[in-house]
Amino acid sequence: MNARALWMVWCVVLVASLVAMVQLNRASVGTVATNNRFGFSLTESARSLGVDFVHQAPVFDRRLEHIMPQVASVGAAVAVADFDRDGWPDFYVTSSADGSLNRLYKNQGNGTFRDVAGEVGLADVNRAGTGVSMGAVWGDYDDDGYEDLFLYKYGRPELFHNDAGKGFTPVSERAGLPAWVNANTAVWLDYDRDGRLDLFLPGYWSEDIDLAHLKTTKIMPESFEYAENGGRKYLFHNLGGGRFEEVSEKLGIKSRRWTLATAAADLTGSGFPDLFLANDYGIPQLYINKGGKQFVESGKEAGVARTPKSGMNASFGDIFNDGRLSIYKTNISEPGVLVQANDLWVPKKNAAAGSPAYDDVATSVGVDLGGWSWGAQFGDLNNDGMLDLYLTNGYISAGERSSYWYDFAVIAVGHSAIIGDAANWPPMKGRSLSGYQRKRVWLNDGLGRFTDVAQVVGVTDTYDGRSVALADLSNRGVLDVIVANQRGPLLIYRNAVQPGRHWIELALEGSASNRSAIGARVEVQWNGHTQVQEVHGGNGFSSQNDRRLHYGLGAATKIDRLVIRWPSGQGRTQTIENPAIDTFLRVKEPA
Amino acid sequence: MKRYLAPLLITGILVSAHLSFGILEGYSRTGLAILVAIAAEMIMGRLTYGRWPHPASAYITGISVGILVRSPFLWTYVLCSLVSITTKYVFRYRDRHLWNPSNFGVSALLFLAPASASLLSIQWGNVIWPMVVIWILGSVIVWRVGRLHISATYVASFLGLSFVQSALTGNPWLAIVAPITGPMYQLFIFFMVTDPKTTVRSTRGQMLVVFLVAVAEMVLRLNEVVYAPFYALFLVGPSAILIDEWLRSRETARSLSPAM
Repeated sequence: MNARALWMVWCVVLVASLVAMVQLNRASVGTVATNNRFGFSLTESARSLGVDFVHQAPVFDRRLEHIMPQVASVGAAVAVADFDRDGWPDFYVTSSADGSLNRLYKNQGNGTFRDVAGEVGLADVNRAGTGVSMGAVWGDYDDDGYEDLFLYKYGRPELFHNDAGKGFTPVSERAGLPAWVNANTAVWLDYDRDGRLDLFLPGYWSEDIDLAHLKTTKIMPESFEYAENGGRKYLFHNLGGGRFEEVSEKLGIKSRRWTLATAAADLTGSGFPDLFLANDYGIPQLYINKGGKQFVESGKEAGVARTPKSGMNASFGDIFNDGRLSIYKTNISEPGVLVQANDLWVPKKNAAAGSPAYDDVATSVGVDLGGWSWGAQFGDLNNDGMLDLYLTNGYISAGERSSYWYDFAVIAVGHSAIIGDAANWPPMKGRSLSGYQRKRVWLNDGLGRFTDVAQVVGVTDTYDGRSVALADLSNRGVLDVIVANQRGPLLIYRNAVQPGRHWIELALEGSASNRSAIGARVEVQWNGHTQVQEVHGGNGFSSQNDRRLHYGLGAATKIDRLVIRWPSGQGRTQTIENPAIDTFLRVKEPA
Repeated sequence: MKRYLAPLLITGILVSAHLSFGILEGYSRTGLAILVAIAAEMIMGRLTYGRWPHPASAYITGISVGILVRSPFLWTYVLCSLVSITTKYVFRYRDRHLWNPSNFGVSALLFLAPASASLLSIQWGNVIWPMVVIWILGSVIVWRVGRLHISATYVASFLGLSFVQSALTGNPWLAIVAPITGPMYQLFIFFMVTDPKTTVRSTRGQMLVVFLVAVAEMVLRLNEVVYAPFYALFLVGPSAILIDEWLRSRETARSLSPAM
């Protein structure tokens, strides 16, 4: 071949490669559905349900004024529980401005909600000098049958005892909680299986910082992806009698990473709950629970902590219906600037017992690119028997035609002496940073592929979403979606699933185990499927789903059996053969 | 030996940074980028020139792609490496290729596939010593190969122009210079702007060109282009070579023309 002809060949190779880049880039954004043939639709209905809550962001020290939208970018949170035991799920939402009021929406059972936070003493919790709310988790720490509330803040954390559903009494002092923690997440768990709920509270900002009254502007992360100057972690062991003992260091949890989300589940089959921490500015952490006596950080060995990213969510789901809990962590993806991609870690089938090992399959199944992703929850939204994934996103929506991304990218690469001082950060000047983003509702086809159906099923908002919670708000056998938006309205997407799809919902109550049954593991077997779910004491980002477990069954008209492993020290399992479907099943742990 | 200095330096940087800070998602992606670059170079070089080319240059291209590109998709590494090498055989003028291969490859990737890839844009760790080691080693090696003046001129230009940028934007000066403290810039300063195949021949010309790269970069930065240095080199580098060659041809023509 002569030189000219060869040159022509190389030209063709180059052009073909460039065209392939364009085509593959288009394909990489995932499959987006264009018509609704998925058997469900979501309708935003908050106002018609009587919910008119709008989150108010905090205002911190004026030396942070130039980057206030960033440092005040969190605090919109939602946690679901039936606080008055009337059989209808209620929910608590947080606001974050000084003096703003949190709300407790009581489900009136007639399709509407009423704010009762003021009546029960849970509204006025953002008083000046006490810090501002970041989120809350429900858990019955004293096993009296009523869900108590733990409120975490950039400020003084508060534990509220539920007085038989009629009021809440602050009991933080007796509980021995610290004076100040800057946290964005907390989770109830019974780490030592003594039948009492313990509490894990990992900090984000260092606890010696009061963002409203700074001593210095050198408060920022020391690195965009390797920061270890965040808040300390607290693990409160429930001693009974309303008292707790802080045991984190004693049990091996010494991290100072910037934790934004945490969740607990038994990931090793040991019967003890392990802890997963999604950290901003760094690698996530996986603390394996060694018999309730020690936590061993095993993220690197397990394959989940190889790459530092900006972790913002921690949730678990059995996405293949084979009894394995995958971990979903959200991160940042901004086209052309920063493509971290979200992570979906699926346990390897051949991992040694007690030593979890994971493969990241987010890209291959299509749940990797979700913008500046925040809260995400697994749930069977169309009752077809497979867990789907709802994700909210968007960081700061301000000027629609101006972006802070350039300045953000410049400072993010800076050495710790530069990035670590807020005074060096370029002013935002009303610009957006990954704002106005479209949400994702990824539908699991059961064949290893997720399709984004958000736009066609009705999820069209572009608020700065933070917290997502799933609950069957009307006891209809379908999962509704509650989304808390930063500086935006609380949204309730009411779900309508086409007839002919079956379901079962389980409300568990522990006896030897903690009464909330947090940590209980339920395996539902039907028609060749085996789906595992656990009762969580908080997961996602600053959120908590209803404790009732919801299983879609598709067209199946029969469940073979369900197996409940209670989280008590006995590790007791309970099998129920052929339970009824399309109904709520209340199961109390056998005495 | 000189031929191996740059590959050794960049390999050392990669391995020590990965072992210290885990900068790579795994060796597979970087390995793939290197493999594709070397394979493409071997095939194209052999077919074009009838002999096996030395793999050092392709190795640097591949490893640069492997370090710089951040993407969950394997195809980005494959295509970026392939495009980088192919440009050496397509865009040629008087037997010189016009673009630094990996500069072209990453620029094309960022421009054509923004949803799929970004570039290394973070610190390695939160301490300064990795950068100090790279600065010292890099400076020694580019000095040994006679190109320290290029790197030094670029750094001086960047720092000088950062005051202009700070004055024009009102942003803190430390924020403007922040990028140059990161590893992405070290690769740019020591491996891209100094590439012998894509720089002009005279020392003064090299310094002028790299100053113009810094100026173009500042203009792009003022327009908030995140990956300004790569685009600046993409634009200025080939133009400089074309002008260089044109000037040389004029000089040659003058020297060959009979004296008046």
